[in-house]
Amino acid sequence: MANQVDALYIYLLVVAGFMTALIFLTILVLAIKYRRVHGREAQQIEGSLILEITWSVIPFFVMLTFFIWGAVIYFRERTPPADATEVYVVAKQWMWKIEHAEGQSEINELHVPIGQNTKLIMTSQDVIHSFFVPAFRIKQDVLPGRYTTAWFKATKPGHYHLFCAEYCGTMHSGMGGDIVVMEPQEYAQWMAGTAVAPLRETGKQLFSALGCATCHRFDVQGRGPNLVGVYNKPVLLEDGRTVIADENYVRESILNPTAKIVNGFKPVMPTFQGLVSEEQLNALVAYVKSLAQPPPGTAGLQSQPATFPAQTEKMQVQ
Amino acid sequence: MASTVIPANRAPAPTPKLNYLNNGHTLKSWLLTTDHKRIAVLYLISVTAFFFLGGFFAMLIRLELLTPQGDLMQADTYNKVFTMHGIIMVFFFLIPVVPAVLGNFLVPLMIGAKDLAFPRINLLSWYLYIIGGILISHVMLTGGVDTGWTFYTPFSTEYTNTKIVEAGLAVFIAGFSSIFTGLNFIVTIHRMRAPGLTWDRLPLFIWSNYATSLVMVLGTPVVAITIVLVAVERLFHLGIFDPRLGGDPLLFQHLFWFYSHPAVYIMILPSMGVVSELIACFARKRVFGYKFVALSSVAIAVFGFLVWAHHMFVAGISLYAAMIFSFLSFSVGVPSAVKVFNWTATLYKGSISYATPMLYAFGFIGLFTMGGLTGLMLATIGIDVHVTDTYFVVAHFHYVMVGGVLMGYLGGMHFWWPKITGRMYPEAWAKLSALLVFVGFNLTFFPQFILGYVGMPRRYWQYPPEFQALNVLSTAGASILAAGYLLPMIYFVWSLRYGKIAGANPWHAAGLEWKTTSPPPTFNFDETPVVTWEAYNYDEIPPWERRAPVAR
Ligand code: HEC
Ligand SMILES: [Cu+2]
Ligand SMILES: [Cu+2]
Repeated sequence: MANQVDALYIYLLVVAGFMTALIFLTILVLAIKYRRVHGREAQQIEGSLILEITWSVIPFFVMLTFFIWGAVIYFRERTPPADATEVYVVAKQWMWKIEHAEGQSEINELHVPIGQNTKLIMTSQDVIHSFFVPAFRIKQDVLPGRYTTAWFKATKPGHYHLFCAEYCGTMHSGMGGDIVVMEPQEYAQWMAGTAVAPLRETGKQLFSALGCATCHRFDVQGRGPNLVGVYNKPVLLEDGRTVIADENYVRESILNPTAKIVNGFKPVMPTFQGLVSEEQLNALVAYVKSLAQPPPGTAGLQSQPATFPAQTEKMQVQ
Repeated sequence: MASTVIPANRAPAPTPKLNYLNNGHTLKSWLLTTDHKRIAVLYLISVTAFFFLGGFFAMLIRLELLTPQGDLMQADTYNKVFTMHGIIMVFFFLIPVVPAVLGNFLVPLMIGAKDLAFPRINLLSWYLYIIGGILISHVMLTGGVDTGWTFYTPFSTEYTNTKIVEAGLAVFIAGFSSIFTGLNFIVTIHRMRAPGLTWDRLPLFIWSNYATSLVMVLGTPVVAITIVLVAVERLFHLGIFDPRLGGDPLLFQHLFWFYSHPAVYIMILPSMGVVSELIACFARKRVFGYKFVALSSVAIAVFGFLVWAHHMFVAGISLYAAMIFSFLSFSVGVPSAVKVFNWTATLYKGSISYATPMLYAFGFIGLFTMGGLTGLMLATIGIDVHVTDTYFVVAHFHYVMVGGVLMGYLGGMHFWWPKITGRMYPEAWAKLSALLVFVGFNLTFFPQFILGYVGMPRRYWQYPPEFQALNVLSTAGASILAAGYLLPMIYFVWSLRYGKIAGANPWHAAGLEWKTTSPPPTFNFDETPVVTWEAYNYDEIPPWERRAPVAR
């Protein structure tokens, strides 16, 4: 990505440099050639439609190349590859908390192996921050109350600056850290060094501890929808809209359940706003996302096909 | 340059018995004046004061950044310092400076009117500005604000414990001052043009102030409402912007930039108008493509309202919204480019003088070109992701707002100083200061482009040591720049007493403002002029006037 951004940047520099030189030189030449001398008077010229059109249209097309190339790169910057490893980021005044899917968590440091596509799922506990790694040419604001995402792939081992780029109060300039890029073996060792429960496991425990499981059941139809296979699929809402159940949707379902009511269900789910921390929320989201298959030990889809009317219905609507 | 022989009948008339300056000497005659020219002078004094205050904060910033560690001041102090620098420079200097000083003075003169349409509202504008200014100074002295001039939520509404509501009120009040100025200009330009002064004969300075006024009147209420919403959330904790209360933090950014992007055109358009006047006069030519230059101002004003979200490409707006706003942002580039090309073409076959105002006009074109081109880089979304919120952006908008607005303003001040005061400024000193400003400016801000691309975020109190060299350069440049700004201050004041008597039209310029005495009488013209000529009719100015004017 850095190379692609730099290539475009060099193109822009060349065009801008050329334009600047052109204008500076033209002014210089004209200013000298037509400097005021006695006996020579200015000659009035009205203007020229052809010139006006030329110098509107040509710059426009040059800018169009900027636009298209820029949009293509932006599209890549904003679209994480499907196979990306997910890392949760919680920003707070003035630190970065990183949670790996496998459960390791770190403060102001993010360890990644080279060659891995890493997707960052980020939220803030307080004000707006911005996750900025100049070496990878990525930057994404991190907002309270929702997830924003970014992704990168590191290619060279080393330590890279992580900055907060959105002003966030007193120690904004101290809210930095390191992206530590390692060889894969080294990374594997680092990961193995701490034995912890993966995020989705933590989420699973929370899911029963918080009582989610009483309504969201995998065996019989509970008061809430079965959450198996919900993630990243379209959901038909009561008001007739269809939305994709992405991370932000799951998050909103937990914090503000009445905002989007699933078709066929009653708005009985309580809000968990203020009851779960950002970290717990991330674990819950990771858990819901992991429910591609019915969890082992619960009666699966096959045994109770009739219990998911709402679920199957909404799948068909897409 | 050879000195001009001024024909006897053109000899500078002794300063008329009564002009706007000596028509009443009491403080009251100034503070209760409804004369647009006196109000312009009141504005001149007050914006200059705020400029030096804002400049003082800029120096503090540059001094802190000399070293990577935060050592000169505390982090909180630094945050308050750059916030004050931003608020003062944007709301109390850049926005009012050209319209309220030069515009106020010149709009009626250039259109052959006795005054603005609503002279008392004009005075009210100045008072609102002063009340806003006093309030912001009060905030500054009693604790300050630390949000940056952008007041981003929810930091400003729920997290900082500094004086947001008071600072907001100051900006709110100053905002009404510019709404009133805009209204006044629009009505004046529509209703009070001299007989024969049709729209296509208007000086380009009038066109650009007209476009500016539209933006002021349509945009400023939005920022006023936004400030009220911030205050409401802060005081009553109603969920508007803070997601914890059910609000949306991006809503603030949309509202804020809906005004604040067009606001950059409030700042730059009037300066563009100045530059058109300067180039015409000092090349002795009608501005090339007059109609295109005039209409491009209006185009910029209109398109300017459609591009606000280019400040939010990494803020969390949708992918496709970003693409649309990127495209629209490029569209504003076209009318700006048209202006630059037309100014350059005006030089062709001209008779070009290197008097100080013209040097500033050259400076403006150069710096604005660089500011504009780097703006295009920022509109290129794939690049913006990397450089937004870094020093690249800081450099970009200083090139446009300081390189552009201030060069235009200083050029205009030198050009019309003889009209405003009846005295010439000292040419040699002025050339020196123009040089210092140009060199100092580039030395200060060019390194910041590089700093930004290598990754230094803005609003940083401390930074990794590898960024130091460029920061030192920038601070060195800022010292030169400061000298460049102090000089005019000194020689302008000096010239009030010792400057050469200017006469009605020292530049032999076209334009109605030069057809009355300097300084003009209170009601501008002894008899209402009747316009029978096109704008910039430099070929019709009598031959002895076409020769090199005094410039030394
Ligand atoms: C009182 C029963 C109840 C509890 C407890 C409950 N939910 Fe729900 N949940 C519902 C209902 C009913 C819906 C569907 C209506 C709606 O969208 O609000 C729902 C919807 C959802 C959805 C959206 C599902 C879809 O198909 O789109 C998610 C995700 C979810 N809940 C997660 C949770 C989690 C995580 C917890 C525990 C922290 C939880 N719920 C606790 C009843 C409950
Ligand atoms: Cu920050
Ligand atoms: Cu903008």
